[in-house]
Amino acid sequence: MDLYEFQAKQLFAKHGVKTQVGEVVTTPATAQAAAEKFGGLVVVKAQVKVGGRGKAGGVKLAKTPQEAAERASDILKLNIKGHQVRQVLVTPAEDIAKEFYVSFLLDRSNRTFLAMASVEGGVEIEEVAATNPDALAKIPISASTGVTKEVAFKIAQAAKFPSEIQNQVVEMLQAMWKVFVAEDATLVEVNPLVLTPSGQVVALDGKVSLDDNAAFRQADHAALVDKSIEDPLEAAAKEKDLNYVKLTGEVGIIGNGAGLVMSTLDVVAYAGEEFGGMKPANFLDIGGGASAEVMANGLNIILSDPAVRSVFVNVFGGITACDAVANGIVQAVDLLTKQGKSISVPLVVRLDGNNAEAGRKILSDAAISGIHMAKTMDEGARLVAQLAAGK
Amino acid sequence: MTGIEGTKHTSRLLKSGAKVVAGVTPNKGGQSVDFDGTSVPVFNSVAEAMAATGANVSVIFVPPKFAKAAVMEAISAKIELCVVITEGIPVHDSVIFVNQALNSGITRLIGPNCPGVISPGESNAGIIPADITKKGRIGLVSKSGTLTYQMMYELRDIGFSTAVGIGGDPIIGTTHIDCLKAFEEDPETDAIVMIGEIGGDAEERAAVFIKDNVTKPVVGYVAGFTAPEGKTMGHAGAIVSGSAGTAQAKQDALEAVGVKVGKTPSQTAELMRQIMKNLK
Repeated sequence: MDLYEFQAKQLFAKHGVKTQVGEVVTTPATAQAAAEKFGGLVVVKAQVKVGGRGKAGGVKLAKTPQEAAERASDILKLNIKGHQVRQVLVTPAEDIAKEFYVSFLLDRSNRTFLAMASVEGGVEIEEVAATNPDALAKIPISASTGVTKEVAFKIAQAAKFPSEIQNQVVEMLQAMWKVFVAEDATLVEVNPLVLTPSGQVVALDGKVSLDDNAAFRQADHAALVDKSIEDPLEAAAKEKDLNYVKLTGEVGIIGNGAGLVMSTLDVVAYAGEEFGGMKPANFLDIGGGASAEVMANGLNIILSDPAVRSVFVNVFGGITACDAVANGIVQAVDLLTKQGKSISVPLVVRLDGNNAEAGRKILSDAAISGIHMAKTMDEGARLVAQLAAGK
Repeated sequence: MTGIEGTKHTSRLLKSGAKVVAGVTPNKGGQSVDFDGTSVPVFNSVAEAMAATGANVSVIFVPPKFAKAAVMEAISAKIELCVVITEGIPVHDSVIFVNQALNSGITRLIGPNCPGVISPGESNAGIIPADITKKGRIGLVSKSGTLTYQMMYELRDIGFSTAVGIGGDPIIGTTHIDCLKAFEEDPETDAIVMIGEIGGDAEERAAVFIKDNVTKPVVGYVAGFTAPEGKTMGHAGAIVSGSAGTAQAKQDALEAVGVKVGKTPSQTAELMRQIMKNLK
């Protein structure tokens, strides 16, 4: 999960990273009140989970509270790269003498954590990496040792931070590492890290990504989820513990195993090219041991998507037994019918692997109208795309 | 082995012919579990189980919360092969135990979030069904479990020397490259299927490795062409970030080094079928 800047800064403050937390508001009037409280020059910043806010006009200075209200009003109307601005952060403005870059992240390639630091901050770090790679220091961090004072000095020196501020940078790095570990983060980035004219090193912006797998030991993280921007179907699926992602097409997809479901989306999209560009409407992995309840929940979510015109159930039974999946489908149809929700679109089912024949027999015996059997994944994909196109 | 998953899979492993000699559950040492007449003893630790039975492989089904401790214990007991099936382990835990295994110089870690490894007709460590196909001369490496099964099924008449499901997490103990190297050196493998998916750059790095080190024919498949940017597609590691980690980039990298990449699983299987025919 990616956090908003204001959430990142709240975590920064909690773990001793020097920053201006400011106040997050949703209206011009509350922006004005916040500016009044801080007094003097303030910055009004769009809170969206996407880069390039400054260029899009989402970050503005305001000299007076009235001006803060006006700027907030403008920014709250913005849509930045598809992200509607719903809240702005108001902070006292810092004078800036110099801008730097520091981050800790998960380095998948080297299977370790990585520190990155540069004295060329304030610009997109990908740009620095591409145009001036020598200016970006990359130091692998051992997960077991972490960022000790020595390691932090090594990072500061490798990035050539001015010697007079190295102690402050070291403190900053160690506090950021604390955020990284204590919050189970996969990214903690400060860009820019600024040096003020009075010689203070402060985190002016913050970006944090958290590991969803750590939710069981990070009880506070659930509160960081912004439900207002969640897709309603994705939110409903999450409530039922379903692994669902909403997509833009017409063919509902249910499968078992992330890899097979991803592959099913692709195969359906290819097959759909022949039928006027039919595309998958969702990703849904029902995982191992698909019970009737899971199948019913899954079907229910998919059928409540008005864009869905046909559904493909593609299961390869490894551990999952196909007869259980077939029973799941039959009971799911029963359950949904009892709830007054008819299965209004055709269902294409492909079952292979563990107990596939028994599964196919259960479905053909049940003789539910609108359920079509497919022998292979390719055949199923073609049929479901054709049905979605109404042909 | 005493929990629901452990019991289910121990039973499956025994049926597939794997020699399951011990189970480990803390505080349940001294008990034994009966699987259709085969009694398997339970120990308190991996070290005890190894000492008593000579076990050299550990398959871990421990829930995410306790997985790190279980893996660290297996590594400190100097187990040769440790297969971590568990899905949902925090990546901060995985980084620690994956590096512990790498630095041990003894333990080969597969996973986490993987189905394990099978050599049909020979041995089985994990949850890959043993009855999909027979022994043959194709090697398979894949991030995904069900795509492994699908591909084994598509090529069931030809058979596999070994299939390895390396796992869908961002940090894993055994990589595509490790498996490609093992298959290149394996006299029982003639050709290799490599299955990848969106996220990270493991497939791109595997492509570089293939160019310089693999002489056996390799066929590739990549899942996730239709995945939107910034969304995790089931596997914790399956995410396109900006322009990085796309299926297209992976396909391009593989094709640039001469690997034929199938558009679908069936087309990939067909490419391999042709290769096996020509090798004869």
